[in-house]
Amino acid sequence: MLTLFLLLPVTGAVLSLFLPEEKQHDAKWIALVFSGAAFAVSVVVFALFNASVPGYQFVNTFEWIAASDAGFRIRYTVGVDGLSAPLVLLLGLLSVVSVLVSWRIEVKAKQYFAWLLFMETAVAGVFLSLDLIQFFLFWELELLPMFMLISQWGSGRRLYSATKFLIYTLAGSAFMLVGFLVLGATAGTFDIAELTAKPVTQAVVPLTFVFWAIMLAFLVKLPTFPVHTWLPDAHTDAPTAVSVMLAGVLLKMGGYGIIRIALPLLPQQAHDSRLILASLAGFSVLWGAVITLRQTDLKRLVAYSSVSHMGYVLLGVSAMGSLGLSGAAMQMFTHGTITGLLFVVVGLIYDRTHTREISQMSGLMHRMPVVGTVFVIAGLASLGLPGMSGFVAEMTTFLGSLDAHPVATAAGIFGVVLSAGYILWTVQRVLHGPATDRWKELTDATSWWEVTAMASLVFVILAVGIYPALLTTAVQAGIAPIAQIMEGVS
Amino acid sequence: MSVLATALYLGPAALLYLGAGVVLLADLIHGRRAVTGLLTLVTLALAAVWAVLQIGGGAQGPILGGAIVVDSFSLYFTFLLTAVTAAVVVGTSEWAAKVEDRGEFYSLLLVSVGSMVLLVQSNDLITLFVALETTSLAQFILAGITRNERSSEAGLKYLLSGAVAAAVLLYGFAFLFGMAGTTSLPGIAEFVRHAGDGLRLPLILAFVFVAAGVGFKMAIFPFHAWVPDVYQGAPTPVGSYLSVASKAAGFAVVLRLFYTGLGGAGTPITHDWAMLFGVFAAASMLFGNVGALVQTNVKRILGYSSIAQAGNIAVGIAAVAAQGTVGPSGVLFFLGTYAATNLGAFLAVNAVSERLGSDEITSYAGLFKRAPMTAVVLSLCLASLTGLPPTAGFIAKVYIFNSAIQTGEVWLVGLVAIAVVNTAISAFYYLRWVRTMILDDPEDATPIETPGGAQGVLLLASAAVLFFGLWPAPLILLAQQAAAALLPA
Repeated sequence: MLTLFLLLPVTGAVLSLFLPEEKQHDAKWIALVFSGAAFAVSVVVFALFNASVPGYQFVNTFEWIAASDAGFRIRYTVGVDGLSAPLVLLLGLLSVVSVLVSWRIEVKAKQYFAWLLFMETAVAGVFLSLDLIQFFLFWELELLPMFMLISQWGSGRRLYSATKFLIYTLAGSAFMLVGFLVLGATAGTFDIAELTAKPVTQAVVPLTFVFWAIMLAFLVKLPTFPVHTWLPDAHTDAPTAVSVMLAGVLLKMGGYGIIRIALPLLPQQAHDSRLILASLAGFSVLWGAVITLRQTDLKRLVAYSSVSHMGYVLLGVSAMGSLGLSGAAMQMFTHGTITGLLFVVVGLIYDRTHTREISQMSGLMHRMPVVGTVFVIAGLASLGLPGMSGFVAEMTTFLGSLDAHPVATAAGIFGVVLSAGYILWTVQRVLHGPATDRWKELTDATSWWEVTAMASLVFVILAVGIYPALLTTAVQAGIAPIAQIMEGVS
Repeated sequence: MSVLATALYLGPAALLYLGAGVVLLADLIHGRRAVTGLLTLVTLALAAVWAVLQIGGGAQGPILGGAIVVDSFSLYFTFLLTAVTAAVVVGTSEWAAKVEDRGEFYSLLLVSVGSMVLLVQSNDLITLFVALETTSLAQFILAGITRNERSSEAGLKYLLSGAVAAAVLLYGFAFLFGMAGTTSLPGIAEFVRHAGDGLRLPLILAFVFVAAGVGFKMAIFPFHAWVPDVYQGAPTPVGSYLSVASKAAGFAVVLRLFYTGLGGAGTPITHDWAMLFGVFAAASMLFGNVGALVQTNVKRILGYSSIAQAGNIAVGIAAVAAQGTVGPSGVLFFLGTYAATNLGAFLAVNAVSERLGSDEITSYAGLFKRAPMTAVVLSLCLASLTGLPPTAGFIAKVYIFNSAIQTGEVWLVGLVAIAVVNTAISAFYYLRWVRTMILDDPEDATPIETPGGAQGVLLLASAAVLFFGLWPAPLILLAQQAAAALLPA
């Protein structure tokens, strides 16, 4: 089942590459069908996922590299638990959304959709892999499509931004490989479940180095201050769909990696570093929020708000308790839907106004009530309004981290205040105010693809906000064993 | 051992030399109408089949008084070298048809491969040196075969630096012989194993000279200076042959010398040897990658990249202290995948530059529109050189870095850290090239036709790059079996 989820998008990618040149525009249908099928699979997986069964479910495994010498024996293993199941669902959903918002892509459509689908497979592999080398393989696999998508279909200084993204990620993941190899060589296996059950306690290099070598890749991806600077550039210059994927699922690879690998595999080192992590988190939240306040470019604004919001994930992680980790895991899911939606809306606005300068917009609510309303919903969810998914996640995170890191949590809570500031201020500047003549010709988003993309995300945000158990049952089941490991060290 | 059995063992090398003679004769008798290319190909195929039969038939062991040894290690390389050369012959047949001295080209190619086959089978300093010099002499002429200014310059440069390297190598051999009193590799190993600490310094001196001499063939820093110039100046088919076959043979010699000739792991000089190659590896990667960053000529990029890749492979040699076959098999696996990858890249460049008449990277803009298949194959090979999944290059790098970390030595973890940072640097110039081909718009959109032979080889190379990226187990097993032949049973 999970292997199917992994293979569907890449099959679509190959198919769309083989389309004849004159039928390029059918690529979007191929992309929709295959990402839709993958989404259906992810829904089935999430629905059939049984939170009361411990361990990984839907496991597929076979001997991948059966070397005669034991040094490099690697199994292909995929499986989900309560931590990855929601992320797989999120990936399935956002992939469909990103195909929908790309409906009007005309330039080299074949290649565009092929890269987009290829990226879905890569990210899916990261969430599903239960072997370190396999995990690293998919982690690297995601680079090329992302680089291609930003550098070709982006805007502004797209090549610069794409290259910056590439260098940051590669530099981070390079050290991750060293860390993985040290762990594997010491334990004699690359299997994540085995490494979790018996954490390495002694290696050739100090394990603190190994921990930070691995963390660096995840912190770059998350991203955390001070290694976040690639994100605003990548977001600003990326096409809408890529921004949706980037904010929605790619950043989650960082948080997922921390909770799945860095913490349970090196619990002692993680525990020793919790103050540094909490400080980074608090600083990211505040710094991100302050910078967001100063943005004049709508897309950059949403991008910086991501830095601030992903700081909550790290804050929850740094508490290293059950509540904090659950909050972090939920924050990943909800941020994926909320910021995904924000980027969809910003993309729709940009498609029509051809500017992202906030100062040039005014009274857009009059011209596009649907887009405006969705913007308000996404904005309110983003600032953590009760009744929407953001509130549940942030609340859990703060409750979890308050005891362990009161100062950082205070910073986080103040970050919420700031985010209320920048969201409401932006809403006021962009949507309200006098309806100027300049935007008289604007049309609302009424095409089926635009409406579907927005409606599906709004639905998920409200559903989780009103009935959080949809998400929390699975997440808690996934977090419980990891929290148990973390609470065991001191 | 009977004459017949000896002939059976020597088969592939003898066949290749014989083929060289036949090709020359055919060229002499029939002139330009002669089917020299086909004859060369048949010879190579027969030699490869012979090697495979030897693997299957278990015809293994030392012959000629221990001067030559046929084992799974030498057979692995025999097959690799003949296959690579056959691919070069097929992939560049169109170019060769225009070369005036076609018969000589093919004949020298066969002499060179034959000598390399002898080289990887050598079990004695003298055989080793003679085989190395024979293949080098043939290669010097090959580099200058088109006799234009560029090509002649490349040939001369290669000859001069090669002559120095040979002299240094011989000096190192003289040291070894002087100390051990024998030229047989197992004999020297026996001596090294029992050498006291007093002999450590002279031994180090000896193998530094040896490493310098062979380092020239492997194209590792600091014996790399000839590489970019020769790759750029020599005809591309010769460049591709040098970058793959000659490099593989160089690494084979180093492995053989170290494991059979210097006693392998666990001798007083193991650590010094590993350190030496660790330094070479780090320097090659840094120098090669930084050098490639500023190049605009694709052949020079490939030249510098080949230095950097030699550094990657040398990480596996530095990992000699690892348990079992992990260290040497990493080198063998890397060389196997690297052969397919670099050959694909070089032959694609050859196919394109034949048509474009330019090696500047800007002329590759929009190649995807003009020659889709060639562009895709080249992109795949470049991704593999970077070490991106799902290509064979990814597995090869992870495997070889893993072998270094398996040794459990701290400085090797540091070496791997340098190596992975270099991978990030190399991504910059490899992927910039890919982007230019796939995404930029061409100035002139006329399609470029790739000749049929080259197309076939390119497809085969990219299939290998993908296959061993997704399913590396068979090649890893082969490499481990071959590496096991080096270790004491």
